[in-house]
Amino acid sequence: MDAKLTYVLQLADTCLIHAQRLGEWCGHAPVLEEDLALSNMALDLLGQARALLTYAGQLEGAGRDEDQLAFLRLERDYRNVVLVELPNAAASPSDGSGGRDFAFTTLRNAAVAIWLELLYERLQGSADAELAGIAAKSLKEVRYHRQHSSDWVVRLGDGTEESQARMQAALAVLWPYVNELFAAAGVEGVGPAWRELEADWRARWATLMAEATLALPRDSAMQPQGHLGIHSEHMGHLLATMQHLQRAYPGGVW
Amino acid sequence: MNLAAARARLAAVPDPEIPAVSLMELGIVRDLRETDAGLEVVLTPTYSGCPATELIADDVRAALAEFGPVTVTLQRVPAWTTDWITPEGRDKLQQYGIVPPQCSAEQAIRVVPRLRCPRCRGAQTEQLSRFGSTPCKSTWRCVDCGEPFEYFKPL
Repeated sequence: MDAKLTYVLQLADTCLIHAQRLGEWCGHAPVLEEDLALSNMALDLLGQARALLTYAGQLEGAGRDEDQLAFLRLERDYRNVVLVELPNAAASPSDGSGGRDFAFTTLRNAAVAIWLELLYERLQGSADAELAGIAAKSLKEVRYHRQHSSDWVVRLGDGTEESQARMQAALAVLWPYVNELFAAAGVEGVGPAWRELEADWRARWATLMAEATLALPRDSAMQPQGHLGIHSEHMGHLLATMQHLQRAYPGGVW
Repeated sequence: MNLAAARARLAAVPDPEIPAVSLMELGIVRDLRETDAGLEVVLTPTYSGCPATELIADDVRAALAEFGPVTVTLQRVPAWTTDWITPEGRDKLQQYGIVPPQCSAEQAIRVVPRLRCPRCRGAQTEQLSRFGSTPCKSTWRCVDCGEPFEYFKPL
């Protein structure tokens, strides 16, 4: 696959799958205000994914639009990081297949928001005008996501004994997957290699963890490969839910 | 074709989610022009995922249908900003019970503003959530009168 198309898909799919997981909270959040917040952030990310997938379809040149790319590809064709496909309950003591864990959701949301903010800041200066335009617009949105999720991380981390223990447990699950946020290659004239975000991301994350009185786990050598199309066992289940309407009623529209 | 009449008609099209203000007052109409193929309206969507974008395009086409073929073009660059809401739009938002943006988006990411309640003008207000019933608003409460209200977030 063309390097530029791959680069756009890695970002587009990360937004798309992150939106899908956040959207699972709709109607289930602990309070109404948070239900609206999680759904709205999911909506922003879905909008960003849509713009990026539309562009990816043009780059591909095979006549596929954003809906076909979002709903009709096979698992190996998705290039999102594994972090965003993990279930919302990934850190719960159960099997992780159902339910929702707010601590894990909140931490992941903050980790991705900080990352997206750093990436969009750089991409808005891209020589690729389409990508630069999408980044400039999306940057304004993810700043609110970063602010909101960071507030929650601090409130829960530096909260009660119970909330801190849950955040610390969620952090242990999340941490090895963070490595992949710095794994994808850059493309000359399009966007930076993700590793160029790593120093800034780790500095911001360390500041947030200190404020939230959370201790960073030991670094892991794990290198998830979602950005290359190799996903976890959770991805198939997620896609089954996400794609079933288009699979059952091909071409169905509102 | 009477472009002025078309413009007047377009100016009357309300935002579907905040009908107190028009699309023009919200600052999402970039241009209305005549082309060989009829009228072209250039719109800038507010938020990437705003579910009203398609509805807005439909409303514009319907409102201008009597003037012939209408093309709606979406333009992403430069990105929409709340700085483009007109003074009339701001007044109407305020009267409708939605506090208009009080600063630029750049300032908004650093400080939480101090708002006055749009109903009782009370100065004791608090933010309940950075998000609200639509992507563009946050949720607030007035401590004085106890009423909830919304704030149009700077973007």
